[in-house]
Order: sequence, then C-alpha cells, then structure tokens
Amino acid sequence: MVRTRFQQQMEELREKLLRMGGLAELAVDRACQGYTERDLHRCQLVLENESLINAAEREIDELAFDILATQQPAAVDLRFILAVTKINADLERVGDQAVNIAERVMDMIELPAVVLPVDIGRMATAVSAMVRRALESFVEGKAELAQAVLEMDHVVDRMRDEAFITLVRTMNEQPQNTQQALDALLVARNLERVADHATNISEDVIFWVLGADVRHHGGANNGPNNVATVPAPHSESTGT
Amino acid sequence: MGVGITVERLNAFYGKTQALFDININVQANHATALIGPSGCGKSTFIRCLNRMHETIPESRVEGNVRIGEFNVYNGTSATELRRRVGMVFQKPNPFPTMSIYDNVAAGLKLNGFRNRKKVDEVVEKSLRSSALFEEVKDSLHKKSGASLSGGQQQRLCIARALAVQPEVLLMDEPCSALDPISTGKIEELIFQLKEQYTIVIVTHNMQQAARVAEFTGFFLLGKMIEFDKTEKVFTNPSDKRTEDYVTGRFG
Repeated sequence: MVRTRFQQQMEELREKLLRMGGLAELAVDRACQGYTERDLHRCQLVLENESLINAAEREIDELAFDILATQQPAAVDLRFILAVTKINADLERVGDQAVNIAERVMDMIELPAVVLPVDIGRMATAVSAMVRRALESFVEGKAELAQAVLEMDHVVDRMRDEAFITLVRTMNEQPQNTQQALDALLVARNLERVADHATNISEDVIFWVLGADVRHHGGANNGPNNVATVPAPHSESTGT
Repeated sequence: MGVGITVERLNAFYGKTQALFDININVQANHATALIGPSGCGKSTFIRCLNRMHETIPESRVEGNVRIGEFNVYNGTSATELRRRVGMVFQKPNPFPTMSIYDNVAAGLKLNGFRNRKKVDEVVEKSLRSSALFEEVKDSLHKKSGASLSGGQQQRLCIARALAVQPEVLLMDEPCSALDPISTGKIEELIFQLKEQYTIVIVTHNMQQAARVAEFTGFFLLGKMIEFDKTEKVFTNPSDKRTEDYVTGRFG
C-alpha cells in the first residue's frame, strides 16, 4: 500500500515550510543589514514582506489541518506534522522580530549616528547562523545539527547580557546618546528572541526525527551548561 | 473480573506450514490489547490459540504455553471450560438465526446447565445491558429472532451472548469490519466499558481503532511479534522500523 496522495501532501507541506523558512531568514538578514549599514530600503523591504510570511503561515496551517483530518498520520509522519505546525508558528514570530528590528533601525536612522561600544553585527551574525542551521537541520532531518543550534543559544544569551550591561553604562555616561543606546538594546533583545525561536525550531526537529521531547531541558540527558542533549536513536528513522 | 494472559514460546502450525514463531507476550488483566498487522501475519491465528480454536482445524497444532490467569490452556484441560472463561466475537456477527434474542443470549447458560428461569432472566438482561443493546430490544426479546436485528445490533447480541457465561477474557477478531461507522462507534464505546470487567484482546485492521480502544498494541509480521508496547508508543514513536513503516502506511 503506497499512499501516493499522502506522500505528495507531506512533500508539499515540507516545501511550503522551507519557503516560509527562507522568507523568515531573509527578513532577519535584511533587518540586520539595515542596522549595520543604516539602510532604510532594506528595512522597508522587511516591512513589505511581512504579509508574505503571514500568508505562508496560514497556508501551512491549512494544509497540516487538512492532512490531519483526512490522512490520520501516525508515528514519524504525525511527529513531522506536529513539528511543522510549531516551526511554522516560530517562523512567523521570527518574521515579527525582524519587523521590530527594522522599525527600530528606521527610528535610529533619523537620529545622529554614534559609535556604541557593542557589536550588534556580531550578534546578528550568530543569530542568522542559528536560524540557518535550524532550517538546515529540518531540511536534512538531522537531530545532530539541531542539537548544535541548542548549544549556540547560550552564546547569544551571553551577548545579549553583555550588550545590556554595556549599553546601560553608555546611557549613564553619555546621556546624549541614550536614545541610540536604547534602540540598540532593543535590537539586541529582538535578536535574542529570534535565537530563542531558532532553538524552538531545533527542538521540534529533534522531536520529529527522534520522538524525543528536549524542551525545557526535559526528557533527555542534560549535557554541559544544562543543555538538553539528543538521546541516541533507538531505530533508524524513515524521515519524510 | 478479567485475568492476565501469559504466552510463552508459542508456535502454531497448519500442517507443515508454520504460522506463528516463538510468540511471547503478557496481556494485562482488565485492559484492551490490540493486535495489528497485514493480512496473513498470524494475528487471528494467535487469538485462536488462546481459546484452542486453532486446533479445530485439521492437521493444525500448537506448541508452547498459554495461561489464562492460573488456567493452563494446553495442559489437558477441558476446551468447554476454557471457552466459558474465554468468550469470542467474530468478524461477521453470527447469532443463532432461528432463536429469539433472549434465547441467543441464554444459549450459553443453558449449555452450562443453568435452569433457574428467574436467574436466566437476570443474566440475559444484565448481558444485554452490558453490551448496550437492552434498551433497543427490551420489547421484543422473545418476539424477534437474532437474525432480524441490524448488523451492529447482531454484533452486540453476540457480545451479550459471550458475556452471559461470565468469561474472564473476551477475544474479538475484527469485530467491526462488517459494521458501519455508527455501529463501529458503539462497539468501540462498549470495549471501553467492558475492559473494566474483562480482559480484551482485539484483532483489527483498522489502526485508528487500535489506537482508540487499546492500551497496548502488538504488531505482527510474517508470524512474528515484531513489537509489543503501549499503544501511544506504537503509534507515535515505535521502536522497530518495520512497525513504523506499517503504521505510517509505507507497506501492508
């Protein structure tokens, strides 16, 4: 019994999510470039493309709902669909964070440029890499790649904490630059949220591939730095 | 109350053809256990070994141990006594066609020597209530024959007939395969209630049915028990790739 229609629908769902991932990743990259290059045009593109991400989210949910209602998927297929719906929601939130960054940058561009003692560009590079690798782990169905993303989240958290301390100090010492420092601090917070969504996506990939729930450091062995680690697979996964 | 079933190194043969290979399983008392697998995998043969129906086929034989509670099935015990303890419901409802509804349910009791009319009346009503049929037939218990009922009602009549002799175990071999979704829903609801009092083993081709009614599921393939685990595990994250391929529809 080959469920051709079902397999086609699953492939369609996968492709739609990958397109959605591409849109969200592009939005973050554009927003970050908008920050580092004070580029109004890129920020405007992020705002304009948000509706594409929102429409993609609805399409994916509709298709997942349709498959659940008509195909009664089980095991790895069921886990795949549940993971897709959750990744879908995370990607939409990634798009929202990109919009927040873009709006913040558009405010900053109107203010005089100042040199702030914080490397938002480095943080943006790390966060973009997390999003990209989380999506790669989904494309390849590899829990090890997803696990690597979980470990990167702590690096971004530290960057956010450092940025917070540095920028608060700047506000105290250079009150004339408070607005710019505050904008940079909010961008750092938005980037850290994007990293959290990349982490969620990776956890969902692990759930799909291995059936293991590693959220909130649960259900698996905790590795160094209290990072939930991928358990050894008990059987070869068929993937989808 | 239901009792557990212990099966050890069970092998079953049709002549020289081996149908089951070294099956080991512990069925928990007062739970529903579903057996799934493609046609010809041995699941029906397996449950027919639990009440010694397999040996009714010429040239067939069974090796290994089966215990229903403390009752040893293959140790010189009476098949009649065994089948009082182990009721069975088949794919196609098989009421005695010329008997009334009442007599269908009372048949097993009479075979077992029940003669007290008042007591038989009580058991017939209780069995029909347990099979969720009493309200639908209470006014025609003696007037209508078993064969005059709908397919779903006939299957519930067969369940009532099986329950009347107070078994410990109820075997169900694809009990809903000939029924419409409404009747299927009623039988599934019934299974859910009956497992409080009986141990239920159900063979089904409908995997969603297994997922809905059973706490444990066993997957058979080519006469072997490939996997036996909690139902949610089998249907969400099975341990064996062959199980996963079957429940996801990649073969079978």
